[in-house]
Amino acid sequence: MTTGDGVAVSAERVSRHYEMGAAVIRAVDDVTLEVRAGEFVALLGSSGSGKSTLLNLMAGLDRPTGGAIFANGRNLSELSSLELARYRSKTVGMVFQSFNLLPRMTLEENVELPLRLAEVDRGERGARVQEALERVKLEKRLSHRPSELSGGEQQRAALARALVNRPTLLFADEPTGNLDSATGESIMLLLQEIQQKLGMTIVMVTHERPLAERFANRIVALADGKLVNDGVKS
Amino acid sequence: MKAGDLAELALRNLREAVLRNSLTTLGVAVGVASLVAMLSLGVGLQELATRRLSNSGLFDTVIVMPRRNMQGIRRAVPNPVPAKEAPALDDDARKTMEHLPNVIEVYPQIRFPTEVRYNGTPYSTIVAGVPDSARGNGAYDGIQGSFFSGPNADEAILQIELAKDLSEQPLTLIGKDLVVRYAERQALPPSGTNDGSGGNGKDGGAGGFSIVPREQKLRIVGIIETEPAAGFGGFGSGRLLIPLEVASALRAAQVNDLRDAVRATNGKPAYASLTVRAKSPSQVEAIELAIKGMGFGTFSLLDATRNLRLFFTVFDLLLGIFGSLALAVATLGIINTLVMAILERRREIGILKALGAADRDVKQLFFVEAGVMGLLGGVLGAGLGWTIGKAITFGTNVYLKRQNLPSAHVFSVPWWLVLGAIAFAVLVSLAAGLYPATRAARLNPVEALRYE
Repeated sequence: MTTGDGVAVSAERVSRHYEMGAAVIRAVDDVTLEVRAGEFVALLGSSGSGKSTLLNLMAGLDRPTGGAIFANGRNLSELSSLELARYRSKTVGMVFQSFNLLPRMTLEENVELPLRLAEVDRGERGARVQEALERVKLEKRLSHRPSELSGGEQQRAALARALVNRPTLLFADEPTGNLDSATGESIMLLLQEIQQKLGMTIVMVTHERPLAERFANRIVALADGKLVNDGVKS
Repeated sequence: MKAGDLAELALRNLREAVLRNSLTTLGVAVGVASLVAMLSLGVGLQELATRRLSNSGLFDTVIVMPRRNMQGIRRAVPNPVPAKEAPALDDDARKTMEHLPNVIEVYPQIRFPTEVRYNGTPYSTIVAGVPDSARGNGAYDGIQGSFFSGPNADEAILQIELAKDLSEQPLTLIGKDLVVRYAERQALPPSGTNDGSGGNGKDGGAGGFSIVPREQKLRIVGIIETEPAAGFGGFGSGRLLIPLEVASALRAAQVNDLRDAVRATNGKPAYASLTVRAKSPSQVEAIELAIKGMGFGTFSLLDATRNLRLFFTVFDLLLGIFGSLALAVATLGIINTLVMAILERRREIGILKALGAADRDVKQLFFVEAGVMGLLGGVLGAGLGWTIGKAITFGTNVYLKRQNLPSAHVFSVPWWLVLGAIAFAVLVSLAAGLYPATRAARLNPVEALRYE
């Protein structure tokens, strides 16, 4: 599931430029990065530094305007729309700052949604949903709707939804951004536990350096779309 | 995504905006109802016209005449058949025609001028013989009174105009007797014999015949608006109808007799014309061809049925176009509803894509939603159209009853129209969903996720 030599996902001179009339916005500019399997990488930077754009490119939600992203030994830029959707479905799990649970669905239905999209057999789904919710300790809130949950519970539910398809890559975009510090810490502990127990590769975007330094194995700093620092913690 | 999951998600989405989606579906239903009602009216009127005309005996009937008659009566025709080569329209020919495929019956046409005496007052009119088979074909559905009690009954049915001449209150005539004065043709010796069929010059051209005045008492049993097949193949509209066998037994002189008396024949009794009835109008053409092959002239209203079919095809097309206008408006409603749904569910589409939904999945989801609205609207609309049809038929029949006219089914909702309308509604809805579904599928997930 890696791109050779234990690399889970890599970016080679990747750029993502937006044309706004005559101006060109260089959201990500000539970034090269390798994320090894089982690593917990924090993409650190201020607002507008390009960290979320880089995350989206690695998650297959967007396509670069230059360079290449490799995952599973394949260049994501060369994948068709359908193949990219399969990559997102089978290989990637995503967690967002604003949770992005569907409000009219129960917790169980929200977590089941990726299984529907991946065409997992109906008979297998129940157990997989149960397993994912047990991992985030929400197994007793199956029939609750997101509005009936706290922020922390919603983010845990989103994490369960991201894990239910058993991905190898977990991308988290400011997962604690909408939570208080105590709840944010509990989510980070959960992410750390998942990385350690499941050996999952996690790439997390954050602008909180202390959080990154405490939980991530490696901190990659970005500024103005460029990679300015790449440091592995001792 | 699997079909079951797709349907489940689509139905859930439709339930979420239940009021808006119900109103859109209702719009489709009204459109389909309008289409069904219009086309049902067209089909109903076509069936009514066809049934009435079929019952009149015009469209399943072939009139057969000897070629020489046709030449004699009408203007000169190209390549006329010499009289000596023309086959005789006699009993042999009649039997051959009776054995042609899909022929129900063959009978001679009998019409003759007469004087009717009622309450001592004379009235001139034309008598027509009616075969007993006319009893069951619906041509006499609107009769006041009854059809003849039997093929040999000395009974008469009056056409309403004659009845009005005889009495100011025509219905009081039923059950009364009248006297018919007519000219009986009696053959002259040595070879003249009467043919027993109403006779059309059965004298072999040798001895000729004489005319003797006779009287016949008849009981009035019914009154009808018009004579079915009035004037077709004869020389005028029969206003006094009597059983064909009775008419035949009267041996009344007919207009052809004088002409036939001066023509040479083969010595066998011959008919001026025969009526051949087919099982259905569609078999008339083949029967006509077979009879023409026997050397006789034929006449039918086959071309008229073709024109009738053409007229109703155009009529149905126009009704269909008008009926479809409402459905076209409903189509705009579906597009509007789905475009609104895309705006409202933009973020949801982004989430679905982030979780692994392909463009195809998103497109299919919107398609199914459009299709379900079309299907529900189609079913509801077909039911509504059927109800409208029933209501209009009921109202029409109330009006017809007040006018003392027989009831009529002006609406007909055949199963193919119901299924076709539902299928059309689904197709139109899918077409309406094409643009919104494509637009939803093309949404950039990153931009969609940013949408608040």
